[in-house]
Amino acid sequence: MKEAGVKAWLPSLLRLVLVVLLVAFVTNPGWFEPLLKPLTENNAPAIYNQGSLLTLTLLHLRTVLIATVAATIVAVALAILVTRPAGVEFLPLSRSLVNIGQTFPPVAVLALAVPAVGFGEKPTLIALFLYGLLPIFENALTGLTTLPANVVEAARGAGMTGWQRLVQVELPLSAPIILGGIRLSVVISLATATIGSTVAARTLGEVIIAGLLSNNLAFVLQGGLIVAALAVLIYDGLSAIERYTARRMGQETA
Amino acid sequence: MIEIEGITKRYDATTVVDEVSMLIEPRTIAVIVGTSGSGKTTLLRMINRLVEPTSGVIKLDGADNRSLPGYELRRSIGYAIQGHGLFPHRTVAQNIATVPVLLGWDKARIKARVEELMTLYQLDLEAFGPRYPHELSGGQQQRVGVARALAAEPNVLLMDEPFGALDPIIRNKAQEDLLAIQKRFGTTIILVTHDMEEAVHMGDKIAVMDAGKLVQYAKPAEILAKPASAFVETLVGASEKPFRLLSLGRVRDAVETGTAEGEAILDDASQRDALAELLWSGRPALPAKGADGKPLGRVTVDGLVKRAARPA
Repeated sequence: MKEAGVKAWLPSLLRLVLVVLLVAFVTNPGWFEPLLKPLTENNAPAIYNQGSLLTLTLLHLRTVLIATVAATIVAVALAILVTRPAGVEFLPLSRSLVNIGQTFPPVAVLALAVPAVGFGEKPTLIALFLYGLLPIFENALTGLTTLPANVVEAARGAGMTGWQRLVQVELPLSAPIILGGIRLSVVISLATATIGSTVAARTLGEVIIAGLLSNNLAFVLQGGLIVAALAVLIYDGLSAIERYTARRMGQETA
Repeated sequence: MIEIEGITKRYDATTVVDEVSMLIEPRTIAVIVGTSGSGKTTLLRMINRLVEPTSGVIKLDGADNRSLPGYELRRSIGYAIQGHGLFPHRTVAQNIATVPVLLGWDKARIKARVEELMTLYQLDLEAFGPRYPHELSGGQQQRVGVARALAAEPNVLLMDEPFGALDPIIRNKAQEDLLAIQKRFGTTIILVTHDMEEAVHMGDKIAVMDAGKLVQYAKPAEILAKPASAFVETLVGASEKPFRLLSLGRVRDAVETGTAEGEAILDDASQRDALAELLWSGRPALPAKGADGKPLGRVTVDGLVKRAARPA
């Protein structure tokens, strides 16, 4: 019994510790200098000194947020379109377009986007947007095409219009699966956003790249660890929302 | 009144419903029976235009059912299906309120109607109103499904195997409830089933369908006595016929003068139940009583056996 109790609260405790460590690190990185110092050589600085870690973290998150919101809107809209009777013929086409977005390496997108939109955040947003479409689109498609048939039939039989069925029945019932896609997309974007710093987007990639250029392992590690912690926490948070939504939609969760 | 006139539905080369015409009197129950693939469900779904016919007309109280947009038509017709199709993300009360909300009733009226239906269906408002469908038993879900179909006080209720997923005991109860509610509201009900027993029990008239065609449309007694084809005969089940015939009649119609020993049977019970009781207890006669407990006479094995014979 006692062990089960420990097992139940241990993950929550670990998450809490991680949040505290993350906040402490990005707001007061000086506190952690002694830990990172051994990783530096020739008296190089142990803590990133070309900008505030807090600002970079927030900009990193902002970039991911904008790209994910845009990808969600487009992917869900596309999935809705191709699951309506009028749009069914576009299903194969939209599938291949979204797949191309996923197979195209983000680095290549950056290289192609820079001449068109210049350096900075824009090419990164384009790369993240294209890269994030597929998981959301595929999940939205799964959600909208695997609805329980008798529920959809009942919605039609009750006299709901197509729009009412979509908004009141189909989207709420596929929300947990769509959220699963968004979660995947966010985690991929959090990691991929770091390479945006190669084209002068302000993300945590800056710290990692600075570390690589000056052969400073401490920089590489702190940039990487912040991104990793963000990814773990956001993944967990979205999973919890997903489970809550699934319960709310009357679906059993495994 | 529902008039179905020469309705045909074709999918490419296959004809699912073939030139079906029938007339359903108001405030009666018409049961459509057939094997799977006979087109019975398609016929039902053409009444509220979930399926559009290839040709033919369906009139509801004289008006072509294509004179309204499909979704408006469907709001005016109750629809209950197998598996109930309750909205899993909505509470019982919200499920029942579906069509009234679509029709834009005011809140007080919706609340009053939901309360009325839940009381009628013996679902405690406080306990069940805020629950979600997955927290209900199969029988409760079925009742919510029918309550939802009746919420906007439709004149016509379409039911597609509404009792299909229920165990026999709950099914019996659900059938009795439906008959009582049909009497109370005077709703015209069209019920699709593959179960002849259910059809004989529920139907004022039975329509037998086979391979898209309406084979016979008649009162249950006539279907049993004069099946129009070998198919109807098989569906009725030769060995079941006398018992099904008896199940149509009430004890009060078979009462003879005289007395008998033992526990009395209610005059509202079916003659089939009376015969079963007689055979099982090995008695030649059984006293009958009214709902008020007044003795009415007796029913006898001989009398019932005569009634079970093929009508002339």
